[in-house]
Amino acid sequence: MSEKLTKVEKEPMFSSKILKLLKNPFNLENPITVQVLGICSALAVTVQMKPAIVMALSVTIVTAFSNLIISSLRNTIPSRIRIIVQLVVVAALVIIVDQVLKAFVYDVSKKLSVFVGLIITNCILMGRLEAYAMGNKPWPSFVDGIGNGLGYGMILVIVAFFREVLGSGKILGMKIIPQFLYDSGYMDNGLMILPPMALITIGIIIWVQRSKTPELQEK
Amino acid sequence: MKFLRDFLDKQKPQFEKGGRFEKLHSTFDAFETFLFVPDKVTTTGAHFRDAIDLKRTMSVVIIAMLPALLFGIWNVGYQHFLSLGQSPGFWPVVFYGLLKVLPIVIVSYVAGLGAEFIFAQSRGHEVNEGYLVSGMLIPLVMPVDIPLWMVAVASIFAVVIGKETFGGTGMNVFNPALLARAFVFFAYPAKITGDTIWIGGLSKAEGVVDGFSGATPLSYAASGVMDKLPSMSDLFFGFVPGSIGETSKLAILIGAFVLIATGIGSWRIILSSILGGVSMSLIFNLFAANDYMKLDPMTQIMMGSFLFGTVFMATDPVTASQTNKGKWIYGFLIGFFAIMIRVFNPAYPEGTMLAILLMNAFAPLIDFYVVEANIKKRLKRASLGVKPLKQN
Repeated sequence: MSEKLTKVEKEPMFSSKILKLLKNPFNLENPITVQVLGICSALAVTVQMKPAIVMALSVTIVTAFSNLIISSLRNTIPSRIRIIVQLVVVAALVIIVDQVLKAFVYDVSKKLSVFVGLIITNCILMGRLEAYAMGNKPWPSFVDGIGNGLGYGMILVIVAFFREVLGSGKILGMKIIPQFLYDSGYMDNGLMILPPMALITIGIIIWVQRSKTPELQEK
Repeated sequence: MKFLRDFLDKQKPQFEKGGRFEKLHSTFDAFETFLFVPDKVTTTGAHFRDAIDLKRTMSVVIIAMLPALLFGIWNVGYQHFLSLGQSPGFWPVVFYGLLKVLPIVIVSYVAGLGAEFIFAQSRGHEVNEGYLVSGMLIPLVMPVDIPLWMVAVASIFAVVIGKETFGGTGMNVFNPALLARAFVFFAYPAKITGDTIWIGGLSKAEGVVDGFSGATPLSYAASGVMDKLPSMSDLFFGFVPGSIGETSKLAILIGAFVLIATGIGSWRIILSSILGGVSMSLIFNLFAANDYMKLDPMTQIMMGSFLFGTVFMATDPVTASQTNKGKWIYGFLIGFFAIMIRVFNPAYPEGTMLAILLMNAFAPLIDFYVVEANIKKRLKRASLGVKPLKQN
């Protein structure tokens, strides 16, 4: 009898519900294009692909583990001071990530400069902690963190791809636009390097996404 | 004409609902209304009826721009042969100008209208007429030596990002033609700043007369070489290098006259922005910290694209302020900022473009406060009679 009960309660590790947590942030609940969170770092670190990818991974790791830790602590945190407890956890994780970046990929860490530190204030993190981790079990919270981090990262990489290709003719630092095009008059688009174009690129992504998914269209 | 009408009527059913080319309805509609005044009239709800529709309005603006375009074509040839130290007579000059300017006009129209037609088709509404004017304005604000593909990219950017994302003609926040220029300005700065691009063929520098730099009046002024500034009559008639349509103030004034006489351009905006420009130059004259600040207001107004922007860009009825009081403020600030940016910032030799774009963004705010002020004033007047009694 008791065995049966535990069987009913225990979910498989990758049930459809869990997979949904992983999948939704890519489209219907994308942090950047639908929830419009974390825009400022999306504008700042997307001039080139490499920093964008590193940034995406950093945010994913921090979101996932802070979700995991806060979710495990959720029943012991007094609700009055929960924000400060969340901040301590996030700050500790961000410092670890920052140190790791400095140790292993120093040039990228230089390019990202303050924006790694600013992950602490990234709205996606606090949003997920408040909205999900405080009310759910550790494992789904962890998956939710990974999903949201990757959903954020996907937009970052797409924007960075267009900005790097059109702005400096490179992908991941390698020349992609052939020399004969330059010789016949092609020029890199200087506007793509400037932050306004990141905003416009995100705007176009939102436009395309909304016209493709009927669920997101306001009537 | 009768033959054309008959032909159109014969083709029409194919483009109606259920016809063979139903999907191309808006394209057909665009051509039909372009050729003939449509007989569709508003039957309900409208308070004002005017014989002139959007397409006819746009045609008037095009006519107003023709003098600037024609002079621009001639001036392109004139400046080119001047740089070579030749004077081959009228027709070769015009021919060279046509060779340079016409491709820019064609590319601007084909690229921009192409984008418009695709959007109209996929969204199922009529093709908007607005681009008839933008497509002509874009070549007029470009330097002669601009690569054609940049014109195409800029036109498409202006239509898609500047207009369609906001909902099409009549909804745009910024003037599309200026947006196209701003796009080129920030994306490909090497092709729209500097001294060699304003004269056709000068960047190749073959057979150029010694000491000929091709600098525009503005770049002389910005670098402080005031004695090299052209004479006032040269500035007025436009025998100076510059963007294609901006040089001749005479041609622009003819255009301004057409716009004001037909009531399409607002004289308030034109007048107030000239006032704004004059007052900013007078303020600079007071300080007179450098040679540029000492320039008299007349020269400041005559240089660069100040008048062109004022007459053809600032008066754009969609992006300008709508209220009469708002128009005065809007125009004044355009003139004010245009001269200020020009003098203070050497990176932007001409401030008109940026000033107009800035004020485009502020136009709704100005209108809002003008309307608010009016409501408050009338409320005050209305409540005068029924003053609340003093409580003792």
